[in-house]
Amino acid sequence: MSDSNTSNKKSETFGGTLIFVFIVCLVCAALVSIAAVGLKPLQKANKLLDQHTKILEAAGLLEQAGNDIDGTYAKYIDARFIDLATGKYTDGDHETFEERAEARNVNKSIKPQNDIAGINRRANKAAIYLVKNEQGRVTSIVLPIVGSGLWDLMYGYIGLEADLNTVKSVIYSDHKETPGLGAEVLNPRWKALWAGKKMFDDQNNVAIKIVKGGAKKGDIHGVDALSGATLTSNGVENTLHFWLGDEGYGPFIANFRDGGLN
Amino acid sequence: MSTDTKKVLFGPVVDNNPIALQVLGVCSALAVTSSMANALVMTIAVMMVTAFSSMFISIIRNQIPSSVRIIVQMAIIASLVIVVDQVLKAFSYQLSKELSVYVGLIITNCIVMGRAEAFAMKEKPVASFLDGIGNGLGYGAVLMVVAFFRELFGFGEIFGIEVLPLIQNGGWYQGNGLLVLPFSSFFIIGLIIWAIRQWKPEQVEKD
Repeated sequence: MSDSNTSNKKSETFGGTLIFVFIVCLVCAALVSIAAVGLKPLQKANKLLDQHTKILEAAGLLEQAGNDIDGTYAKYIDARFIDLATGKYTDGDHETFEERAEARNVNKSIKPQNDIAGINRRANKAAIYLVKNEQGRVTSIVLPIVGSGLWDLMYGYIGLEADLNTVKSVIYSDHKETPGLGAEVLNPRWKALWAGKKMFDDQNNVAIKIVKGGAKKGDIHGVDALSGATLTSNGVENTLHFWLGDEGYGPFIANFRDGGLN
Repeated sequence: MSTDTKKVLFGPVVDNNPIALQVLGVCSALAVTSSMANALVMTIAVMMVTAFSSMFISIIRNQIPSSVRIIVQMAIIASLVIVVDQVLKAFSYQLSKELSVYVGLIITNCIVMGRAEAFAMKEKPVASFLDGIGNGLGYGAVLMVVAFFRELFGFGEIFGIEVLPLIQNGGWYQGNGLLVLPFSSFFIIGLIIWAIRQWKPEQVEKD
């Protein structure tokens, strides 16, 4: 292999090599740039469609939506921003907002006192999604969550009824958990366990828990753990406790708990 | 098709398989074979990169200064991999999410580099292109066999369609936990190599 260029009779010069490499780099750079810039709009649309699909799934509207994800999203979902510290509505741009990107910016994020979700930093703002019915009344709400699983951060959404306590769904959109074990967070049968559970107890403390060996019948706060995936299960519980707690959506939920959404 | 073309195109499927005989590209064969759909997309991606990088390298093979030839090959391969990654993100977002970093890691797939250095640097562009396609086929053949066993016995599915209903979905089949993990591919690839060498004893290395 080392003599693969013996057919090349031209002797190599330092300048010639430099020029050759420069031209190759130029052509390659042009190719990559054209692909990246040219395909950007499609990629962005894909990402948005994926996000909308997950939000509709968390809102329980995915079956109804069928193939018309964007139409259904536009019709029923009202995307807002809240300031997590005060729990009040604030402004923002849903096109450009990304929780993890914002969390890396020290001016736009805080370091949580009690970082049980293992996210290191948390953005000051959060995108939330109000789900409205035909009459424009808020029937439920979708809140994004993020927290450590076994291998990496897991991203998802929780769907709550308008009382901000009763669970509709817990949907993970992006994770790197072990296939067959932690990745069972996407198993439809496990996801179905969440509907109707209560996140908070009578004193408004976060009470949702993941129960190893299976939750007792009638336990309104307990959800079965994933078998063989203790660390993922713990991650899910800690993520929920963090995001529903004082450093997550706690202040917002306190403000709007008693039907204040309408 | 002449016999030469046939040999270049289909030789790598069994006679000169990049994974089973040359033992290249095993890393990605472990990572992306948990489902057949992933394995198929990965195969197509590797085939495209190998074919086009071999072709481009072959076109400029007489101009490449030998002192920097590996770097030049890398630059071309890396550019093509980025293009493939971008195309996947644009047209098949779900699959690109599942394959995640492994598309980018085609750059380090030894098959691509190996064919560029061993074949494309000596042969004409069309032959190099076919050689790339052929090696992609050989890579894909092994990947699909591995993915078939892993998906069927690990998840009870073939191409995402339920064949053996799993206990956790209310069926009767207990998924094999070993097969859902990447390293189980080592065993399956080992068995494939053994099977091929039983069939074609000339592939066995002499002591």
